[in-house]
Amino acid sequence: MAAKENLLRLSAVEALELMRAGDLTAAALTDAYLEQIDRRDHEVGAYLRVTAEAARLEAAAHDAAAERAPLAGLPTAVKDVLCTQGVTTTCASKMLEHYNPIYTATCVKQMTRAGMVSLGKTNMDEFAMGSSTENSAFGPTRNPWDLERVPGGSSGGSAAAVAAGEAIWALGSDTGGSIRQPAAFCGVVGLKPTYGSVSRYGLVAFASSFDQVGPITRTVRDAALMLKFLVGKDPLDSTSVDHPEEIVMPEDRDLSGVRIGVVNELVGEGIDAGVLSVFNDAVSRIAAAGAEVGEASLPNAEYALPAYYILAPAEASANLARFDGVRYGLRADSGGGVTEMYEETRQKGFGDEVKRRIMLGTYALSSGYYEAYYGQAQKVRTLIVRDFAAAFEKFDLLVSPTAPTTAFRLGEKLGDPLTMYKSDICTIPVNLAGLPGISIPAGMSGGMPVGLQIVGRAFSENRLLQAAHSAESVIGFDLVSPLIEERD
Amino acid sequence: MVSHDDVRYVAKLARLKIDEDELDRYAAQLSSILGHIDQISGLDIAGVEPTSHVIQLSNVLRDDEVRDSVSRELALQNGPEVEAGAFRVPPILDTGE
Repeated sequence: MAAKENLLRLSAVEALELMRAGDLTAAALTDAYLEQIDRRDHEVGAYLRVTAEAARLEAAAHDAAAERAPLAGLPTAVKDVLCTQGVTTTCASKMLEHYNPIYTATCVKQMTRAGMVSLGKTNMDEFAMGSSTENSAFGPTRNPWDLERVPGGSSGGSAAAVAAGEAIWALGSDTGGSIRQPAAFCGVVGLKPTYGSVSRYGLVAFASSFDQVGPITRTVRDAALMLKFLVGKDPLDSTSVDHPEEIVMPEDRDLSGVRIGVVNELVGEGIDAGVLSVFNDAVSRIAAAGAEVGEASLPNAEYALPAYYILAPAEASANLARFDGVRYGLRADSGGGVTEMYEETRQKGFGDEVKRRIMLGTYALSSGYYEAYYGQAQKVRTLIVRDFAAAFEKFDLLVSPTAPTTAFRLGEKLGDPLTMYKSDICTIPVNLAGLPGISIPAGMSGGMPVGLQIVGRAFSENRLLQAAHSAESVIGFDLVSPLIEERD
Repeated sequence: MVSHDDVRYVAKLARLKIDEDELDRYAAQLSSILGHIDQISGLDIAGVEPTSHVIQLSNVLRDDEVRDSVSRELALQNGPEVEAGAFRVPPILDTGE
């Protein structure tokens, strides 16, 4: 049996091989992760809820089963934006502090059927609004590489759990970068699939035309493996579609013949010099591995952030209207009429950032401003879609840094929302166009991980994952956070 | 750019109670964000089609057939105040007059 320490470094694919060979039990693997949570999560704060007892029972059931499920026994962290029947689901909001969903998200169901062992629910920015996980009503998550820094967000708990050895992989969600940016900050892999490929049923809605669920993992192959079990049309989400290709595991090969465009607008002003240097080095390795690398342009990229901060808050202001103290969640009622009850409930239930976005979205949709803001932003969205289409006439894939900086310090950007929003300048254009994007570790700058973002055409996940796997092997990032390292 | 009255108005539309001492902060933050957003206001794109959704889907229909649905008990499970098989709410009509 593998030494306990090494279990925290395994990829999901490696763990499955060991379990299939009879060299590792699901129980031992689950115990190793639960122990690491016990040891470390009081510092990291990746989890809002750990379901240790249920996890141990599930693991034991997998060990006893006559036939192994395809993902049997893989200890998984689930972002608390995904509804889990029987397990409190809070979205890191006071509004849903005691909410017990009456159904389970389709993606969670599919993963459970495939054999995952859920370890618990991870911290996030409230209702997935934020880039640092500091907007959680239940306290921030810290970056496993440096506990004074943020893990990114909004899926910061999921990314930190994977980086700290507190889960072998995790489910996240990405509306403007919420899987890729925390993956970059925590030195792990994060994939946002093509819009529509993964069901949003049971994903608490933030901005419905952008939200997508996806994997946060240690390797690209793990991301491919999880994606296989996430995709598919779901009758309960009418925007979901069948993925046109069966998701396959990437193979070991070079990048010959792959045309890769470096996005000009995302490698200049506003990108930290250390990040750029790591990025450029990664691109050189990719070119050396046979890729045809050239300069690509998204001329309207600078307008993506302003358009997104109209469209996403507008959708959020409508989606979050459901939190009114009537059917679920908090109710604050000091004895007035129903309108006072709504207003008091929403004042007490929502945190600052959520209120800001609701007000911003309401403003953009209000009479007299609708065309100037919402209508204009929808047109800019068309420009971004066209920019990508033009770039993909010349290139198979586009690359940029995932985020303009490495993980920043806790509190550093909290007082200035606009500066915080700019943390997502490289990832937001991808959501506006609904494309698949992945972040893989590219190297270190100032002691913190840097992410490389690769973007593909809609539904080109197989090509994207294949190139990301090849890039991953030539980059050769083999570091783990100190929280795992010191257990070796 | 965003005044206290704007914040009050928008908060009212959004059914958010905002305290007086929060007005300065929200007005300043919303001004700063909208200031950044204003760079798209000047773009000459009147003729561009808007995009509301990236996937080309028309109406998604299903057969109209009787199926199991959520039980009343389950539907009420998370209700902050439940009475007689229904959600209880404060008075919805102004009875003050």
